[in-house]
Amino acid sequence: MSADVFVLVEHRDGAVVEGTFELLGRARELAAAAGGEAVALLAGSGVDGLVGQLGAAGRVVVVDDPSLAEFTPTGWLAALAPIVRDRAPLLVLATNSGVGMDVAAGLSIAAGLPLAAYATAVELDDGSPLVTCQLYAGKVDVRVRFAGGRGIVTVVAGAYPVDAGRASGSPTIERLAPAATDNRVRFRRLIRPEAGDVDITRESVLVSVGRGIGEADNIALVEELAAALGGAVSSSRPVADSGWLPRTRQVGKSGLRVKPKLYLALGISGAPEHLEGMRDAGLIIAVNTDPRAPIFGVAHYGAVADLLDVVPALTKRLAG
Amino acid sequence: MDLVVLCKQVPDLAEELEIDSAGTDLDREWLNEVASEWDEYALEEALRLRDAVGGTVTCLALDTGSVDELLATCLARGADRAVKVGSFDERPDSHTAARAFATAVAGLAHDLVLTGVQAIDDLDGQVGPLLAATMGLPHVSVVTHIALSADGSTATVNQEYSGGVVAEFEVDLPAVLGVQTSQEAPRYAPVSRVRQLMKTAEMDAVDVAVDGGSGLVVEAMSIPEVGGRAEMIEGSPDAIAERLASLIRERGLVAGGVR
Repeated sequence: MSADVFVLVEHRDGAVVEGTFELLGRARELAAAAGGEAVALLAGSGVDGLVGQLGAAGRVVVVDDPSLAEFTPTGWLAALAPIVRDRAPLLVLATNSGVGMDVAAGLSIAAGLPLAAYATAVELDDGSPLVTCQLYAGKVDVRVRFAGGRGIVTVVAGAYPVDAGRASGSPTIERLAPAATDNRVRFRRLIRPEAGDVDITRESVLVSVGRGIGEADNIALVEELAAALGGAVSSSRPVADSGWLPRTRQVGKSGLRVKPKLYLALGISGAPEHLEGMRDAGLIIAVNTDPRAPIFGVAHYGAVADLLDVVPALTKRLAG
Repeated sequence: MDLVVLCKQVPDLAEELEIDSAGTDLDREWLNEVASEWDEYALEEALRLRDAVGGTVTCLALDTGSVDELLATCLARGADRAVKVGSFDERPDSHTAARAFATAVAGLAHDLVLTGVQAIDDLDGQVGPLLAATMGLPHVSVVTHIALSADGSTATVNQEYSGGVVAEFEVDLPAVLGVQTSQEAPRYAPVSRVRQLMKTAEMDAVDVAVDGGSGLVVEAMSIPEVGGRAEMIEGSPDAIAERLASLIRERGLVAGGVR
């Protein structure tokens, strides 16, 4: 048992992902308060370049093996579970991504540690972890403790600033061979999206639509508003899933992160996955029929109304 | 190909959520429940795969006393069999659900177990990877595409990351997959058919031991202040549009101003 705070390192294309840096920065603070070390837990192959990015950690525990070069749920879990089980850290932090979800749940069972998901804050209260989780699409906050005082947390993106996790330093490097391998899931390739007609990450004005748009035919209404504003149309996940707009227009966790000067969120409730992609926009205006929609928690201005009523009226005023 | 789909109900977010008097759970007395959205994608994928290669689709739900409509809807959409698992007085946490489903799935033919990648109430993690770890099966979450090999021994699946990047994996079966979305929108089940099946369909039941818990202690549940940040604009759609137009113009955010 230790007072260490472990961070599962997620990496892709030779780069540590942003979410991992957010966790590393927080792990440093928590470990300092608990009297332990911030430990980066890294599975990979030929990982010197990655280790060099983890200066914010006090220690980097590396499991280096050709079979671990790319993330696979079974391979990484087999390599990392024995370490977590043996060392019994105070906390294991993972990003709330596909990688984090796969590994954290597996570790919870393998190491017999409880798991708290969708965390927006991880604190220590008298040395014992206190985690705030966001449930019901961001409509409810839950504060939880671990019965045994230690556990695993998957943390949503944006919960902590990324800069502290990019700090340089000279962590202790500890190299291990994998205690076990499991190749029942095999990595084949990464598929990147084809470039779209519009790069929404470069637009200054985004008119973004969600479920509230109702049907495909109504997309024309927001296209007109975007034209009047000299901006582009983007969307939340359901609109892209329905095929009403190309996937390249999707904002959020599984889409793109955008930071326009103006973000109009129309008929978007503001699930955490969406907020992750747009909360840093300069001016956020939300129109939604649900007065309790979480989007109003991040918007600067809001109106409880049907976008189908407001949009034509707004276009008329802005055009010409 | 024997496909198993794990289904559950969650509170309907179209309605206002309230916290109970103890402050540690939702007030469930008047809560309306709906099928968990991602489970519906999982069922749709299972039906699509069965229709393509043959086999069976069995839908499982933990019996919390109100799952008849959920399972009847699965049957109405085309599932071959519905099974109620255990008997639960309270809504089980994900770890308890995973243990209960593990017992039930072990007693069924299962080449592929599909469930929603997440649910809106997964406080202690997602059921799919917990089930897989409990059963010692491989698992992939955030799956957006599933294709089966000709001999049915493996599946090729896509796992979605941010920025639209996906990894393609080959997975040995049997396996558990957490489905993010289906290739087609979930097929429609006529309400009349669901009502009829609720009366006539034979649903199986399996007993499971209910024990354990999640190891989490809920200290407090609260509804965050929404609109705490946004300045709300009242009035008719025209009045709202008028105010928004001036806000946007004042900041020079109209065409040409910022490009």
